[in-house]
Amino acid sequence: MSWIGRSLPRLEDPALVKGAGAYVADLARGAAAVRFVRSPVASGKILNIEKPEEGIVFTAADLDGVKGIKPILNRPDYVPVEQPILARDRVVFAGQAVAVVVADDHATAEDLAEQVFLDIEPYDAVLDVDFALTAGAPSVHEQATGNVLVEGKVRTSGLDAAFEQAAATIRMEIRSRRQAAMPLETRGGLAQYDRASGRVTLFASVQMPHMLRTGIADVLGMPEADLRVVAPDVGGGFGQKMSLFPEYVMLVWLAIRLRRNLAWIEDRRENLMASTHSRDQAFTVAGAFSADGMLLGLDADMRSNVGAFSCYPVTCGVEPLMALAELPGPYAFKEYGARSRGVTTNTCMMAPYRGVSRPTLTFAMERLMDVAARRLGLDPVEIRRRNLVNTFPHRTPTGLIYDEGSYRASMELAVAAIDLPSFRQRQEHEWEKGRYFGFGLSVFNERTGYGTPAYAARAMDIVPGYEIVDCAMDPSGSVQVRIGSSPHGQGLKTSLAQLVADELGVAPQVIKIIAGDTDATPYGWGTFASRSMVIAGGASKLAAGKVASKLKVIAATLLEAEVDRIDLIDGFARVRESNKNVPIPDLARAAYHQSHKFPGIGAGLHENAIYDPTGTFSNACHASIVEVDIETGHVKIERFVVVEDAGVLINPMIVDGQIHGGVAQGIANALYEEIVYDEVGNCLTTSLADFLPPTMLEIPTIEILHSYTTSDASITKAKGVGEGGLIGAPASVINAIVDALSPLGIEIFEMPASPQRILAHIRGKRKA
Amino acid sequence: MTDKVSITLRVNGASYSISVEPRRSLADALREDCGLTGTHLGCEHGACGTCTVLVDGIPVRSCLMFAVQLNDEEVRTVEGLANGEVLHPLQKQFWENHGLQCGFCTPGFLMLAAGALEADPDLTDEDLRELLSSNLCRCTGYQNIIKAVTLAAAEMRK
Repeated sequence: MSWIGRSLPRLEDPALVKGAGAYVADLARGAAAVRFVRSPVASGKILNIEKPEEGIVFTAADLDGVKGIKPILNRPDYVPVEQPILARDRVVFAGQAVAVVVADDHATAEDLAEQVFLDIEPYDAVLDVDFALTAGAPSVHEQATGNVLVEGKVRTSGLDAAFEQAAATIRMEIRSRRQAAMPLETRGGLAQYDRASGRVTLFASVQMPHMLRTGIADVLGMPEADLRVVAPDVGGGFGQKMSLFPEYVMLVWLAIRLRRNLAWIEDRRENLMASTHSRDQAFTVAGAFSADGMLLGLDADMRSNVGAFSCYPVTCGVEPLMALAELPGPYAFKEYGARSRGVTTNTCMMAPYRGVSRPTLTFAMERLMDVAARRLGLDPVEIRRRNLVNTFPHRTPTGLIYDEGSYRASMELAVAAIDLPSFRQRQEHEWEKGRYFGFGLSVFNERTGYGTPAYAARAMDIVPGYEIVDCAMDPSGSVQVRIGSSPHGQGLKTSLAQLVADELGVAPQVIKIIAGDTDATPYGWGTFASRSMVIAGGASKLAAGKVASKLKVIAATLLEAEVDRIDLIDGFARVRESNKNVPIPDLARAAYHQSHKFPGIGAGLHENAIYDPTGTFSNACHASIVEVDIETGHVKIERFVVVEDAGVLINPMIVDGQIHGGVAQGIANALYEEIVYDEVGNCLTTSLADFLPPTMLEIPTIEILHSYTTSDASITKAKGVGEGGLIGAPASVINAIVDALSPLGIEIFEMPASPQRILAHIRGKRKA
Repeated sequence: MTDKVSITLRVNGASYSISVEPRRSLADALREDCGLTGTHLGCEHGACGTCTVLVDGIPVRSCLMFAVQLNDEEVRTVEGLANGEVLHPLQKQFWENHGLQCGFCTPGFLMLAAGALEADPDLTDEDLRELLSSNLCRCTGYQNIIKAVTLAAAEMRK
């Protein structure tokens, strides 16, 4: 009986539903409270910092010997900038940490922080990405005149000819407004100083514990062995908890300096103004189409606002270089030109957020297809049918290789699920009655589970990608799997246990997945970029497979049978086509305590394996039906259909959960959420009442169908699925809004399409 | 800082004699002074509902209530939801139906639903959606939360 493919309730959950989880703030009882004093201005020169007479307060002047955070891309167009742990002379965004205070509890720490007076001479701030690129705009960092920190270019030889041949050229100004990942648990850390060993243990709400240890040790100039980083239960991350933040460096420094236990638990205001933001992007896109709707060439100028610094380790190249490489998406055209820049401004740092650039890329491509279809008199389904990649493997103009997928078939399934012909009839009928319903498509692929080759191609100084997994069966027959991935809500422990259970012939319940502790797990890259199921899963399968091989040798010896006739199944090693068997725990005991009987395989049952794949592309189609109220600009999503192709589903319930959550965030991106700065650079959206995350009433029932295309690019045949929901949803919803408003001739190229923006379009048309 | 006040909190059937500043929120008192860390804080300004607990059976946001406001009221938190090792129907349905991912918002949703359903077991699905829209979840898209609560409501009516 296979455990793969079963919707096993998660092994993580009994503790969590009882309130027995251990998130970092839960561990911090009794620790001293750390509070940061943050810059109230977006740009300025620090003239003086006045400390209160009593209380523990540190500033940059106290941090001699502490380096800044300086992420590196080995590209000639990359300008490195260094983020100080505390601002020294200059502040470059509102929210930047300038001083730190320590008190016995957090309320007292807040009182103390309010007594630190910052005397800062404000400068003109650079906030908007396109303003930052204008001649004469102030430089955010003096080494980056023109404010460009990274710039990628690509241009195929036939691009100009494609535009000359075009029957129609579609030009668009795409704008994605600034987003925040907004995990429900904010950032936070607890640093414990061990007086006996001098070691520091940092519990932190993070996605990449090993990377954090390396980063902190580098900045503080300490051996990594003197630092243990533990990601306990983590209340969501979505990319925001990947980066090395100055706050964590500060906590470790304080623990060593003060020799006590200290905790910093970020409040929501800090999280929204001073953690990281994403997707503040402006794209100028031109598509050349033939008369029959074939996309001949694409030319794009893409600007990503990367904020005040470059995030470690993935750098500020993460959005612009992803945009450069992956704009072509699921479409099979030959000629491609793009310039993609990361632009620094006096705003909070950009870092990955679920989907990284691709929600904006997909928004651009899917709007392009709809606009072209309308211009050329084609149906939006038909124009995609003609242009989608349908032979595999496919090589893109930027050299990516798409493994087998179901781009066209998944779209057809989604369109059938919607019953488009019936909807079109109803739509006409509703328009006549003054109600505006629309249908929107979004077809995309999602590059997942990519190892070192993909990151090396980006010229990252730190090249992540592989995973190492240790798999051990102990003498009692229970299993420990130690992984470098670091799940934070994905249910990875359950999915991996199912995978390993099938390799070892034991139940998932006897398998413990150990993650998130640098003292207890092999060096690894954590959980991000839809990678853990594919890569940690692949390495787990390989490592467990080695343990299984040993078990079979032991069983064959004990049962006097051929090794290749042994099956591990339901807790027993069985000799095929016989009734001879032995319980697996007996084999485990023998492996440790009777190892002299099996001289060829070595003592014990402890194996490890590395998996470093090139990557596999999952794909999906999102189809939605919305109603737009033209008096209020309110959008109601009536149906949302997802056809997802993620290959083999290890735990279908968990996969669907990933899609649900991603789609909800995508709907939020499409309609509601936006980080807003005022004209001098104050963040105005610093509460959840301002940022507008959707509730249950805004999120419709999400209907999910699956395709199951597998390829050799993943040894488990599973493809990543963590980000797709968010990649596809904004384009589908906004295409549906535009379709609904087509009698008014409204085009929307900006997200979120908030009620105010939709109303502005409607009023503009009415005036005209 | 102001002088601490001695109070007794009654939580999940136990009494906690604690000494708190008047500005101490109920959430902080539960977490820091009583050690009941199952109640989580997501925003501390009443928007997300993660810190929802029951006070005399009524769901409240414990970040918006001061500990010293409580006199004889009985507080119930997620730690008091199960009957020993037997999960409450809501906990069981959240588990079986994947009603949680990171689990951070879960205690708030459980207590919100528990309070509402214990007061009125006959809430319709529409009522429940309206009720549950007062809390935020960032992982699940709410799909399996409403499913779990609806199934638990049916189970509780039996």
